[in-house]
Amino acid sequence: MNETPPRGTHADHAIEVVGLVKRFGKVEAVRGISFAVPRGNATALLGGNGAGKTSTLSMLLGVLLPTAGSVTILGEDIARHRYRVLARMNFTSPYVDLPKSLTVSENLKVFAGLYGVPRVKARIAELVELLDIGDFLNRPYGTLSAGQRTRVSIAKALLNQPEVLLLDEPTASLDPDVGDRVRAQLMDYKRRSGATLLLASHNMPEVERMCDTVLMMRAGRIVDAGSPAGLIARYGRRTMEEVFLDVARAGGTVVAPGASEESPA
Amino acid sequence: MSTPATLAARRLYAMVLRHLYLLRKSWVRVVEMAYWPTMQMVLWGFIAKFLATNSSWVAQVPGVLVSALLLWEILFRGQLGLSLSFIEELYSRNLGHLFASPLRPLELVAAMICVSAVRTVIGVGTAATLAWVLYKTSIFSLGLPLVAFFTNLLITGWGIGLMVSALVMRYGLAAENLAWGAIFVTAPISGIYYPINILPGWLQSIAWWLPTSHVFEGMRGVLMAGTFLWHELWTAAALNVLYIVVGLTLFLASFNGARKRGTLLQIGE
Repeated sequence: MNETPPRGTHADHAIEVVGLVKRFGKVEAVRGISFAVPRGNATALLGGNGAGKTSTLSMLLGVLLPTAGSVTILGEDIARHRYRVLARMNFTSPYVDLPKSLTVSENLKVFAGLYGVPRVKARIAELVELLDIGDFLNRPYGTLSAGQRTRVSIAKALLNQPEVLLLDEPTASLDPDVGDRVRAQLMDYKRRSGATLLLASHNMPEVERMCDTVLMMRAGRIVDAGSPAGLIARYGRRTMEEVFLDVARAGGTVVAPGASEESPA
Repeated sequence: MSTPATLAARRLYAMVLRHLYLLRKSWVRVVEMAYWPTMQMVLWGFIAKFLATNSSWVAQVPGVLVSALLLWEILFRGQLGLSLSFIEELYSRNLGHLFASPLRPLELVAAMICVSAVRTVIGVGTAATLAWVLYKTSIFSLGLPLVAFFTNLLITGWGIGLMVSALVMRYGLAAENLAWGAIFVTAPISGIYYPINILPGWLQSIAWWLPTSHVFEGMRGVLMAGTFLWHELWTAAALNVLYIVVGLTLFLASFNGARKRGTLLQIGE
């Protein structure tokens, strides 16, 4: 592990994004955003459809190349040391599946190999207990319900005990009960491991419950930022949902201390 | 302590394991692998048997058609095995998970090559066994040259398989049919069942740029004249280096293009 962070990065930041731009032809999906996520922090990227959340997460994973800007994760420049960083992070997304013909257990063994997880059996046993997936461990992934699949995807995302966990709509399509359990399991992992969480979500109660910081995105820009309670107070609203609607419809541009379009926190 | 080499080996093994799990539980896939080589071999075997009693040319080499067919299947199964290993990831919408892991594109290629070798052995092995049972024609009668032919054809299949996979990564599953049809473009000019010199001159010039043409000429040399044509082997090997380099370059370029377009997480139809 790097003891000394590269020049220009902050040792306390798990994620640093500077001037990130992504253009698809004439469409500018992400427009020069900058932010930093402190180690151990849970941060949400909040915004409507097409706000640039998934594009931002994809660039953090290195599966989407930025048009401009830089991404530093755990002190490593993702453009130069992508594979080194990827071994220390993980992600889950409802838009990406696991092989449906393979059982849950087989899927976890394959991804344990890809992430170089030591003591695979013991690690899978831990995750079986943590996420309560023992009942369907030997069933093909394709036969599982949406809630069961989400828990398996999260088990895959926790296999390598990631220091940084990227979650794209982690509880999408789950009923409130399962969604609540998944959120509790993720928070439990964060508390025990000290991991950094960055999630993209439309689910306001989820954001309020899980996140220390919220980055409000609209049309590829970060238009506001702050803690859920701070944002609610500043907008004079009762819930994050009302704040979200204010920002999405009225175009709020107030930038809170700690995050900005121009410079990282 | 895991070294980078052992971690790379584990990633490669994990990807091979992923496809072996798939094969182990899908008898349909295993049967499909053996079905076409077997059907082709049965058909051509009986044609060869008929011709053997009616043609003095073929009568000299009763096993030539069956051997040619089995060698052709090595090429076809090698290409298909590699391309389908890649397409399986698209079917399962798993590509995003793979490329967001520490798996490098070249390690994925190495795994696809290993899986292709397994699939080829299953497919062609079944047909070769049946050829011996039905016609007493053993492809192993080619002796050591068989190893050279087998290796060259498999490598050609991998080169073309990489080019097809690159197109599938670029154009999505709309390009899937290329996986099944691409290799047949080479069939008429590879001289599988006839010598290259019966082709028109301009087609011969193209045919000699295929490693397969040199392999099948080499096969005829062994079966009909009892001579191993070393120059054909070396030419095929040199062309194979070119095919693999072109295949790898296209695959990596396609991967980088997909990263620019953002299609790795959503590639499909």
